[in-house]
Amino acid sequence: MKKLMFLGILLIACITIQAQGYKVGDIASDFQLKNIDGKTISLADYKYANGFVVIFTCNTCPYAIAYKDRIIAIDKKYKSKGYPVIAINPNDPELVPGDSYENMQKRAMRKRFTFPYLFDARQEVFKAYGATRTPHVYILNKKDGKLVVEYIGTIDDNYKDASLVSKTYVEDAIDALLQHKKPSVKFTKAIGCSIKSKG
Amino acid sequence: MKILITLIVLISMNEIQSVSAQEIKTVNFAQLKPLLHQTNDTTYVINFWAVWCKPCVKELPEFEKIRKAYAAKNLKVVLVSLDFGAHAADRVRKFLDRKEIHAHAIILDDPDANAWIEKVDENWDGAIPVTLIYNKEKRIFLSHAITSAELSKTIDRIIN
Repeated sequence: MKKLMFLGILLIACITIQAQGYKVGDIASDFQLKNIDGKTISLADYKYANGFVVIFTCNTCPYAIAYKDRIIAIDKKYKSKGYPVIAINPNDPELVPGDSYENMQKRAMRKRFTFPYLFDARQEVFKAYGATRTPHVYILNKKDGKLVVEYIGTIDDNYKDASLVSKTYVEDAIDALLQHKKPSVKFTKAIGCSIKSKG
Repeated sequence: MKILITLIVLISMNEIQSVSAQEIKTVNFAQLKPLLHQTNDTTYVINFWAVWCKPCVKELPEFEKIRKAYAAKNLKVVLVSLDFGAHAADRVRKFLDRKEIHAHAIILDDPDANAWIEKVDENWDGAIPVTLIYNKEKRIFLSHAITSAELSKTIDRIIN
């Protein structure tokens, strides 16, 4: 009986942890997800990276579409500095056909993505991270072989018009990490499309 | 005489149009904010949505049903659209017309969302749909798509 109760409590604790996802300062888990070229990718494959800009995004959300060129620009600017973009589509294609693996391939080809675009087919990664919308950014920094979450949020402060942006949250956070400092803004919110999942 | 007839026809056409379609105002958050903090006797149901948002569009008819069902109970439904881009107001108006939804609608156009999301509710992460139901005494924020039963139950909790 005691054992059963303990198991029950453990289960509830696990569920709660999963539902909450990461906070800034947490250690992020690596994952294995299929890229659009058919290869499986892990963050551990990037031995020389100092960290990652993990972006949960998709083909169909107007906010993801509005940000696609800016995501490419971030990858181009920071990949050589050790912070590549890793894009992950978390949506269930049964609920959003436009976010199928085949449509991811088409989109990445047409827009010439310079970064991997991974499919969270089992929808486990976005839940572990606690992502709720697209686009949703997690900046990870390698420290003693671990991936520390240093920033969670949105890319900048104007989804409508890149030319009117005054706060470049993601770039500012990476710039701080490059100077071995903590980002001054660690958490932001944004309107986005909810991640589509059956449960 | 001809001019007069033309004028009358024009005016009446205008009126017909204004009955079938509401004009949709576009506001920033500072302009929207008072609507989230009214202290009169009305109960407000404020739904944040967008035409492109599938779960939002799916639940939208529930708000129209509620608006009609609670017409005598001093309830006001406001649909706050987060649509953006060219002709957003036109798209929203046409969409609501097609769905025969006549609840009051406005467009919130304020791209620095990080600055205002928490002011709607501190637990809101920015994903839509969300719905704020409040009166001068009680306030409930639903950060997920609603069912018809949940919506009326929540409204009853606020009103009673």
